[in-house]
Amino acid sequence: MMRIRTRSVLAVAVCAATATAVASCGGGGSSTPGVTKTTVLIGSHQPLTGPAAPGYSEIAPAAKAFFSYLNDHGGVNGRKINLIYKDDGYNPTKTVTVVKQLVLQNKVFAIWGGLGTPTHTKVVDYLNASKVPDLFVSSGCPCWDDGSAHPYTFGWQPNYTIEGKILGQYIKQNLAGKKVGVFYQNDDFGKGGLAGIEQQVPKSQIVSTQPYEPGNTNVAPQITALQKAGADVLVDFTIPAYTALGQLTSFKLGYKPQLVVSNVGIDPTTVGGLLKAFSKGKADTALIEGAVTDGYLPSTADSSNAWVQLFKQIHDKYDPKAPWDGNVEYGMASAYTFAQALKAAGKSPTRQSLVDAVNKGGFTGPGLVPFRYSKEEHGGYGGAQMGAVKNGAIELSGPIYVTDPGNGAITTSNAKQPAPGADGLVG
Amino acid sequence: MSRFIDLTLNGVSNGAIYAAVAIAFVLIWRATRIVNFAQGGLLMVTTFIAFSVEQATGSYWLAFFVALASGLVLGGVVERVLMRRVEGGPPLNAVIATIGLLILLQAAAGMIWGGTPRSFPPAFSIRGYHVGGHTLFFSPFDLFTVIAVLGMAVLLALLFRATDIGLRLRASAFAPEVARLQGVRVGRMLTFGWALAAMTGSLAGLLIAPAVFVGPNNFDPVTVFGFTAAVLGGLDSPVGAVVGGLLLGLSLSYVAGYAGSSLVTLAALAILIAVLMVRPSGLFTSTRARRI
Amino acid sequence: MNEAQTRQPMRARRSREPSEPPSGPRPRARRLRLPEQTLARHLLLALVFGVLLFLLSISLGAFDNLRMASAAYFFTALAGLTVLTGLNGQISLGHGALMAVGAYSTALLVSRAGWPLFPTMVAATVITALAGVLVGAAASRLRGPYLAGATLALAVGLPGLADRYPGAFGGENGIDVAPPTPPSSLGATFPLERWEAWIACTGALVVYVLLANLMRGRVGRTFRAIRDDEVAAQLAGLNVARVQILAFVISAACAGLAGASLVVVTQIAAPGAFPLELSLSLLTGIVLGGLGSLAGAVWGALALVFLPQWSTDVAQSFSLSNDVQANLPLALYGLVLIGVVVAAPQGIQGALRGIARLAWPRGRREPSTHQEEGDDAN
Repeated sequence: MMRIRTRSVLAVAVCAATATAVASCGGGGSSTPGVTKTTVLIGSHQPLTGPAAPGYSEIAPAAKAFFSYLNDHGGVNGRKINLIYKDDGYNPTKTVTVVKQLVLQNKVFAIWGGLGTPTHTKVVDYLNASKVPDLFVSSGCPCWDDGSAHPYTFGWQPNYTIEGKILGQYIKQNLAGKKVGVFYQNDDFGKGGLAGIEQQVPKSQIVSTQPYEPGNTNVAPQITALQKAGADVLVDFTIPAYTALGQLTSFKLGYKPQLVVSNVGIDPTTVGGLLKAFSKGKADTALIEGAVTDGYLPSTADSSNAWVQLFKQIHDKYDPKAPWDGNVEYGMASAYTFAQALKAAGKSPTRQSLVDAVNKGGFTGPGLVPFRYSKEEHGGYGGAQMGAVKNGAIELSGPIYVTDPGNGAITTSNAKQPAPGADGLVG
Repeated sequence: MSRFIDLTLNGVSNGAIYAAVAIAFVLIWRATRIVNFAQGGLLMVTTFIAFSVEQATGSYWLAFFVALASGLVLGGVVERVLMRRVEGGPPLNAVIATIGLLILLQAAAGMIWGGTPRSFPPAFSIRGYHVGGHTLFFSPFDLFTVIAVLGMAVLLALLFRATDIGLRLRASAFAPEVARLQGVRVGRMLTFGWALAAMTGSLAGLLIAPAVFVGPNNFDPVTVFGFTAAVLGGLDSPVGAVVGGLLLGLSLSYVAGYAGSSLVTLAALAILIAVLMVRPSGLFTSTRARRI
Repeated sequence: MNEAQTRQPMRARRSREPSEPPSGPRPRARRLRLPEQTLARHLLLALVFGVLLFLLSISLGAFDNLRMASAAYFFTALAGLTVLTGLNGQISLGHGALMAVGAYSTALLVSRAGWPLFPTMVAATVITALAGVLVGAAASRLRGPYLAGATLALAVGLPGLADRYPGAFGGENGIDVAPPTPPSSLGATFPLERWEAWIACTGALVVYVLLANLMRGRVGRTFRAIRDDEVAAQLAGLNVARVQILAFVISAACAGLAGASLVVVTQIAAPGAFPLELSLSLLTGIVLGGLGSLAGAVWGALALVFLPQWSTDVAQSFSLSNDVQANLPLALYGLVLIGVVVAAPQGIQGALRGIARLAWPRGRREPSTHQEEGDDAN
């Protein structure tokens, strides 16, 4: 009795499901999900709440602000870009749920700027299997740089090892013979950076490497160990909170090494903000003044730079509550690259044409260094320019260095930053 | 040897901070027999209030006292408005209520002050003392922290043991009906207990904030360790909270220094289990004979 | 008086007083009569639920199947936890860590040792049960907030192992697990999410049958006896520590199976997936749903899956500043927790029972669980 009833119910259900599937196709006259005649829908997963949110939660609203600016000026190929970003709290389980929701329910055209390595690695296979373009992951892990294994996934910011190599080269050339200590985050970011440093700086020069766990703010054991080892140069592969914590602990000890800090953890607005209450009349950034760093985007303090002016204008109009800092610049620059890719994808973009457009490469924009985009290389920015914190702001100078995440040599590039509007997308 | 000294001093200053939070947990437990998971949220909010006052007026000590006062008020309000409704029911419901309150407080702080952590000034300098040409890993602010926490513990111990109101607080928690028969205003005592505990938490927040920055989630790790310290020392004993805090602070500092910082949370687990296996109600509780 | 002696008079009483109304559902016209035997009853119910879930999975889209699978693995964990906390009175803030044990066992066996899926899930359950023996042994000496503190330390400390031994456990990124491929007999286009939902729901149904039986049986009685009065239970001859450990082992096994299902559904075994927040969510889930009942575990599981979604949707329907929009879902979630605990202290199941009692008042009170226990032929 049960079986017959089940079968007939099953039959009805299958018919209903098929009918629903057929009906849901072809909405809006376009067979590409997320694309209509006037809009393009893209999605992202971001840590908007939780311990990982500080700083990073500014990126997606900044990108949205940039897209609003573009949309007000006609959009890309006549389409407005609509960005939905969902909170995953830096929890990979939530990332999976949220990304599947974006793809299956919201039916986004592409994923942009998924943030975080432990989070995004959990959705890469799914997105590639579902052939959803996974553009410009907000993370410097080398994992995105694999065009054959993950043809739909592309990095954007310079790989941590690339950055480590360039900073290491600076130490080798300018701080030869000095004892070097490394203070790094105990994950892909810190370990990748450390690998790059170790490639360039002679082993005998590195006297101590101390990892920290994000979430444990007691960094005294590490800093005291670095001081005891006699490190005159302290390399920080840290997020801003830990750059500040490291400096406060060093201040307590009277320890004043030469700082060499990753661009991830040096934004003067952010770090200065954290050090403000300890500065007592001096500049907020007093404790990081003179720190050596690198950059692949123009310094946010460089008001003579046309891109900085443009982004600041957009920030003041569309995202005024956010502080004007490196995170906002990051979000807007990454959004700009996406808009370029969308434009290059043609008047009737499809998911494949978007991916092909990035594979073709050749994008130039606010970045100071060239991209590493080709069918095999999906790495994103391939290098950086050296700089330092001077009078509380980052000043970049010198040659543009480019390299690969492997054992390749570091070379210089003649890439020039074009003016905004050179490709007709903005201004 | 000097590394050992550095780690010891680091352990003492951290331990004082854990003790400060632990005392707040002990206070709520003694006064109301509830584990207050919202403790971290309450002290976070009062510290944010202090931050805003300091930004607006430029005076640290005014912000300090406003924080303590707002702690008193906030604790009392929470007890009256929320905990009163769950105190009579199943004990787990009170736990869930405090968890809900914690989430609500963190979300509210994120909405009002934003997620970006803020810098909070220390009461005194954080530069280590200069002793014999060598800089100690101990600053005037650390000394202030230790003294403030010890002072708080002593005052609370005196309150509970030697004063009338302390007796009434304990009676309201242990035997509310009998207390009522004796004329104790149990409701008012519970409110007072929460107010006092929240004020203690505010002090903890002010002491911790310079080292962890002020943000909706920034006090979570310290709160977890503070609760661990309270359990370690025995939830009924303010002295136990201090000892538990110092013990935890020192042990974790040594573990981080000699074995690596990735082992810290595991070490906390190991220490807690080790102590609880020997003393299931913490270090400083008297064994209660079981009545049959 | 030992246990055997207390039971005999109850049975004897029943046969000597035929005028006593029969226990069990009063026969009425047009009313289905469930089998009296516990096991048969629960198997039949499980079969019915299984069919309903099957039909549901066929008619739902991929994302909804994913949510159903999530609800299933939450139920698996919540069912074990509600037995431990509701029936046996031991509060645990560490079941997220036990889920992690199950998840990592599954991930390691599948991806490093190449085991097939079903034996792996069984093995993961067993491994977590063994972990439950250790935890339970430590926990059996602790009461109340001390147990809470110890299990909280477990929840915070255990995921740290992954960072300490990144070679073995994959560090912060965890272990990569390939998605479970549906067997070819189902067809090449069988949606992955539906297959995941089937696996998770099967686990949930197995747990339902076993725990429902347990709750009605002798073991359940011993759990309740110790919760209600530990000293009396000890005097009645129960080995309190052993029973406490058994309760922990059972709930750990459920958590381990839930962790295995989590890996099946999300392919994740990483420390970031098992924060303290997960353990606290499990605790709120059992209280929200209704402590001590499996139906409560179902409501709790549904709440854990749909409540965050609902609060995010509500937040996004207003256009608000970034800070408010990002935090509003959490604020709503906290308010709901507080609201339920204040307004419906017995959870959703308790509220439903209250409504049912108002809507369909019976001639006499519903038979209490104590009386029903006399039915068991143990």
